[in-house]
Amino acid sequence: MAAVKETIETVQKLETYEHGFVSDIEMEYAPKGLSADIVRFISARKNEPDWMLEYRLAAFERWQSMDEPDWAKVNYQKVDYQDLYYYAAPKSKPKLNSLDEVDPELLAVYAKLGIPLKEQEVLAGVVGSPKYAVDAVFDSVSVVTTFKDELKKHGVIFCAISEAIREYPELVKQYLGSVVPVSDNYFAALNAAVFSDGSFVYVPEGVRCPMELSTYFRINAENTGQFERTLIIADKGAYVSYLEGCTAPMRDENQLHAAVVELIALEDAEIKYSTVQNWYPGDAEGKGGIYNFVTKRADCRGARSKVSWTQVETGSAVTWKYPSCILRGDDSVGEFYSIAVTNGYQQADTGTKMIHLGKNTRSRIISKGVSAGKSSNTYRGLVSAHARAGGARNFTQCDSLLIGKTCAAHTVPYVESDTASAQFEHEATTTRLSEDQLFYAMQRGLSQEEAVALLVNGFVRDVLQELPMEFAVEAQKLVAISLEGSVG
Amino acid sequence: MLNIENLTVAVEDKTILKGLTLNVPAGEVHAIMGPNGAGKSTLGYTLAGRPNYEVSEGSATLNGEDLLAMEVHERASAGLYLSFQYPLEIPGVPAMTFIRTALNAQRKLRGEDEVGAPQFLKDIREIAKTLKIDTEMLKRPLNVGFSGGEKKRMEVLQMALLKPKFLILDETDSGLDIDALKVVSEGVNALRSPERGMLVITHYQRLLDHIKPDRIHILVDGRIVHSGGPELALELEAHGYDRYVNEAA
Repeated sequence: MAAVKETIETVQKLETYEHGFVSDIEMEYAPKGLSADIVRFISARKNEPDWMLEYRLAAFERWQSMDEPDWAKVNYQKVDYQDLYYYAAPKSKPKLNSLDEVDPELLAVYAKLGIPLKEQEVLAGVVGSPKYAVDAVFDSVSVVTTFKDELKKHGVIFCAISEAIREYPELVKQYLGSVVPVSDNYFAALNAAVFSDGSFVYVPEGVRCPMELSTYFRINAENTGQFERTLIIADKGAYVSYLEGCTAPMRDENQLHAAVVELIALEDAEIKYSTVQNWYPGDAEGKGGIYNFVTKRADCRGARSKVSWTQVETGSAVTWKYPSCILRGDDSVGEFYSIAVTNGYQQADTGTKMIHLGKNTRSRIISKGVSAGKSSNTYRGLVSAHARAGGARNFTQCDSLLIGKTCAAHTVPYVESDTASAQFEHEATTTRLSEDQLFYAMQRGLSQEEAVALLVNGFVRDVLQELPMEFAVEAQKLVAISLEGSVG
Repeated sequence: MLNIENLTVAVEDKTILKGLTLNVPAGEVHAIMGPNGAGKSTLGYTLAGRPNYEVSEGSATLNGEDLLAMEVHERASAGLYLSFQYPLEIPGVPAMTFIRTALNAQRKLRGEDEVGAPQFLKDIREIAKTLKIDTEMLKRPLNVGFSGGEKKRMEVLQMALLKPKFLILDETDSGLDIDALKVVSEGVNALRSPERGMLVITHYQRLLDHIKPDRIHILVDGRIVHSGGPELALELEAHGYDRYVNEAA
């Protein structure tokens, strides 16, 4: 009986969203709503130079003339943009040089999330595990960035983007908006106007970044939009691996997260960008949850450059996200590995764009969608080759797994080629998690939940293998937790 | 050990087992033989707890524990193992991972310690060798693209590692050539012990040349119509099931 009790307790624990707690931290808000004055307020709070304010105001003007996109296969109550806070920051000193200066309440939040902010701490407390530098973003601001000094020795810049705007204006000016222009889309324009924080990474020529970089985004405040902006530049021959994680408290109303991430890889450079997205997905009735409207794009600007996107998307009520690669440099390579899990009333419309511009450019797309409950999961992808992209190659594999009878999976691939020598392959499968497989696994001793977790993890294995090892284990658990209660 | 009383089972509203009674004591191997459609596989599936197999009457206990009251995985942890006629393919899950996960899930439910990776690796390699399974194969997703014979050997590998108290072998000889049949049978025979019972479900006598039963039961139209010693198999091989089918009708 002890075993049964333990099982019940474990399941109860899993059924609640583990990161759903609210932290009581004294905050400073901008007045509610969005106007040019709010944009000025944010810029002023961040002590930004004039050029940045102008950039924001131009974006705001542009945004006002745009319409919210409605082509994605998602239904949601439209956001009232005047009913949101666009800036929320924990009240404390504006710039922190060491952890000692961080509000202990805030440290407690990250400790609770299992994120190591003390440099001597390593991930999950495992002695001898590799070091991870962390940038922690709480609502609208970056509260601390670890290992900055050690990274600096190698010439690597890793800091909050607000800091980069002040400290490295030339780099920011040169690259910000160069991959995702202000006018790109509705949410990108909104982000450009009101983005508050995010991470900035610059890896100089020939440097292999000595540790994994990661950013943890936490939405805490109520009625607050989070507009993160991340910019990563790998100079010639540089290499960097970057991971982002996201969590939010459980709230009944929907919250908006509209991020823009830009990656630039110069000649022979490589960027590996991994996401474990675990925003609050809403409750069992579909109430609450995060709207995750994100624009992520990489520019493989130099010859032989390479960018890999790996994403594990388990959270959010609505996801609208297409991490893409512009394969501009000859022989450049783009990869997209995705696991998208939807349960309950979650809706995900996600995929990628591989734009082949350079000669002999190659791309690879592996997408694994898992839908359960009453959720809807759409893969939307574009593979295109320009006239001068001779020898371009793409391989796309798009697999959907259905659990139960009330969920949906859709695949919407677009393929365009203006050159005869491009070779594009597309494979797609849709399967239902078979009762027979479940019975077989259970006959060998696995409970139903364990059997689902094992079978689903088998289904997504190809993608899990692309994640840094420590996070692969984490992601594997996350996938299992997201599907709790999805069968029977 | 295994005690089945008056078991009546329907699948999709069709009654398949009609008051089946059967007792297999510890240490014995019993065979169930019968014509197609008699309910042989239904018996195995019902004992293992396959969904949609509705028990309307009767009981089934293993060492006094009520099997029918347990979930599928609880029956497995209680020591019941069903070797499938058509083992399922498990894409993306290496055979080794699958078996170790199952073993530790069972042990956890029984309140035992998990088996560590080094010990497990040692055990699985040893058994794989006797079953002539290449260790490379253990790293491949379980049963995916395996031949019929390979799948059956994997079933035996799993039972040898999970060490169940009671084994049900459902048409284990189907799809096996004579060499594979020998390897598989030797694997099963190695598991015979005074504490363990086995139920061998088979249409043909061929398997019983290799796994010698203590008793044979003839199943026709959902009931045991005749029981006897090992010699019964030879009689069936010579005269077929007609006599019993006609009697039952």
